[in-house]
Amino acid sequence: MNGNGAGEYVIDVEGLTKRFGGRAVVHDLTMQVRRGEIYGFLGPNGSGKTTTIRMLCGLLTPDGGRGTCLGYDILTQADLIKPRVGYMTQRFSLYEDLSIRENLEFVARIYGLDKPREAAAEAIEQLGLKGRENQLAGQLSGGWKQRLALGACILPGPDLLLLDEPTAGVDPQARRDFWNEIHGLAADGLTVLVSTHYMDEAERCTRIAYIAYGELLSHGTVEEVIEKAQLATWTVSGPDLHRLAQKLMETDGIDMVAPFGSSLHVSGRDEKRLKAAIRPFQASSEYRWSPSEPTLEDVFIDLMQQSRDNFAEEAVSGGTLS
Amino acid sequence: MNIGAPHRAARPGAFTRFSAMFVKEFIQLRRDRVTFATMIMIPLLQIILFGFAINTTPTNLPAAVLMQEHNDITRSVLAALRNTSYFRFVIEAESEAEMDHLIRSGEVLFAVEIPAGFERAIRRGDKPAILVVADATDPVASGTALAALQGTIERSLERDRVIPPNREDVQPFEFRQHRRYNPAGVTRLNIVPGLLGTILTMTMLIFTALSVTREVERGTMESLLAMPISPLELMLGKITPYIFAGAIQAAIIFGCGWFIFSVPLEGDPLLLIGLTLLFITTNLSIGYSFSTVAGNQLQAIQMTFMFFLPSILLSGFMFPFAGMPRWAQWIGEALPMTHYLRIVRGIMLKGASLPDLYREAGLLLLLMLIAMTIAILRFRRTLD
Ligand SMILES: Nc1ncnc2c1ncn2[C@@H]1O[C@H](COP(=O)(O)OP(=O)(O)OP(=O)(O)O)[C@@H](O)[C@H]1O
Ligand SMILES: [Mg+2]
Repeated sequence: MNGNGAGEYVIDVEGLTKRFGGRAVVHDLTMQVRRGEIYGFLGPNGSGKTTTIRMLCGLLTPDGGRGTCLGYDILTQADLIKPRVGYMTQRFSLYEDLSIRENLEFVARIYGLDKPREAAAEAIEQLGLKGRENQLAGQLSGGWKQRLALGACILPGPDLLLLDEPTAGVDPQARRDFWNEIHGLAADGLTVLVSTHYMDEAERCTRIAYIAYGELLSHGTVEEVIEKAQLATWTVSGPDLHRLAQKLMETDGIDMVAPFGSSLHVSGRDEKRLKAAIRPFQASSEYRWSPSEPTLEDVFIDLMQQSRDNFAEEAVSGGTLS
Repeated sequence: MNIGAPHRAARPGAFTRFSAMFVKEFIQLRRDRVTFATMIMIPLLQIILFGFAINTTPTNLPAAVLMQEHNDITRSVLAALRNTSYFRFVIEAESEAEMDHLIRSGEVLFAVEIPAGFERAIRRGDKPAILVVADATDPVASGTALAALQGTIERSLERDRVIPPNREDVQPFEFRQHRRYNPAGVTRLNIVPGLLGTILTMTMLIFTALSVTREVERGTMESLLAMPISPLELMLGKITPYIFAGAIQAAIIFGCGWFIFSVPLEGDPLLLIGLTLLFITTNLSIGYSFSTVAGNQLQAIQMTFMFFLPSILLSGFMFPFAGMPRWAQWIGEALPMTHYLRIVRGIMLKGASLPDLYREAGLLLLLMLIAMTIAILRFRRTLD
């Protein structure tokens, strides 16, 4: 396998598994990311996103599975992968006691850029940090730290970006700028794998994957993921929706109830049973019901609940067996 | 935006990565005010406190005398001993057994035995032996006092015209120290070599013992591990700035030794500098290897002290190396400070040159390579 990322897939992994203390945190994960794609990685907290990303860049050794990253084997060729990957960690991990410029120069030197000083100076300018380059990284606001971290990732000119929740805690305008940059980079041929909790960001991705409890539950374009979920959805509005939501949740045939603006989204995997289930509620004139399209968020919440139920069942059956 | 892409190097070299780490560590060292202040204050405080505390001439050390013969000469010797400020002759022992007991029980630190037939032997020029038993648990004190003892006895015999003055190096009597104690090499001048070894061991170990664990605890290790730097480059980049720090410390201690305590430098200064740098690097490597083994900074500090304590006790700094039991000597041989003390004493006090010190220097080098190997092998390249 001689990797210069020449194949169609920049990331191509199969059956990745990682256990911590006997617990499978990532289980049998298979995914492919194409060159130039912006691949969104979604899932609830603790679902294994960070763990998966770490396995891709050689920071964790998988307990099972195999695959390639940029054409290099993730198990044996991590040293060849690292120089060409920019990994932005979830938690800020540049040096807080170094200034912006010193951090960027450090990165430039580690990756062996010709003129580390010039490269760092250019990056500072492009990041809009000119005039603040001597400020300590630890004194930056959260949003600016994220910007600096992204700048440090891009600085060495990587072929693949692994961004772990790059916009957590970033204001909307900065988030928009950030995504414009990401799209610009992808247009230049960079491949981006980005984890996020924001639905609007998911919708800006070429394709997405949804992971919960270490299992990849769904993947594809946003439309495909919604389509595959086969969810029927109604929107209901009226007074005291909180109480209504609780009642609906206990009703057979309704799989998911989620607030949507000032109304509720009520969804079911079986359209007919859903219709039957909401009929008694429709009788009340207090509430206005209308059929609607499920959103990505509805699908995710449903997927998560589904897998949580499976997970709980497994845990219970495991418990009775032992 | 395509930051840095035009600067992408064709083949990033090991040296640039090493220098990246070097520059970064240097900045961090300089920025950390507390560490920087400690680096200056520790040697200054220690050399001043210890130097003055230990160097002030010890006086009134409890001593016993055993006179196997009573006559004018021996009485004159005893009177002379009483007149020095070094000793306080608390007891005149009746027998050798009693003398041994007094020493062992710690009632006296010294016992002087004047043998039977001393007067006749000395007049005949037979070089009789005066036996001195010294409690070496306080070697600095005993060493100074012992150095004074011989001169005191000689002067008293000269004054009484038992022996001629202006003898040309002919010793009228033999001055025999008890075999188990060997305070001969321990003099005031050993404080500086000893402190040099102690301070460099302690501070160098702590500097690097924290370096890897600090990256882990601050979370910067995750980025660092994702970067294309090898464990060897990382280690060398982390160690090198502290060689400069160690050199500054060593210079401070040498300077104090020279100007305040008038310690001589008999041997080659360049050799001393070279081997001091080797010793510094060895300690840094050991500290770094702790850092790769320890789980957090606290553990790293504990390991440092675990290593530091035997370095003080078993290196020949506190107690004469030759007087230690065999097992303790073996441990001592595995400590860099043991070899460094011999090197510094050799160069500063005895004017030793490199051929005399091959063994010690070679062992320092060996210890350094072992530590570095452990560090490289133990370095966790993943977050598992
Ligand atoms: N080093 C570790 N040792 C033990 N357990 C770990 C370790 N790292 C992660 N885990 C566990 O693995 C699970 C997945 O963690 P991971 O960080 O991959 O989740 P995530 O999807 O990134 O979550 P978030 O959205 O909160 O960032 C969690 O339950 C976490 O507790
Ligand atoms: Mg995470």
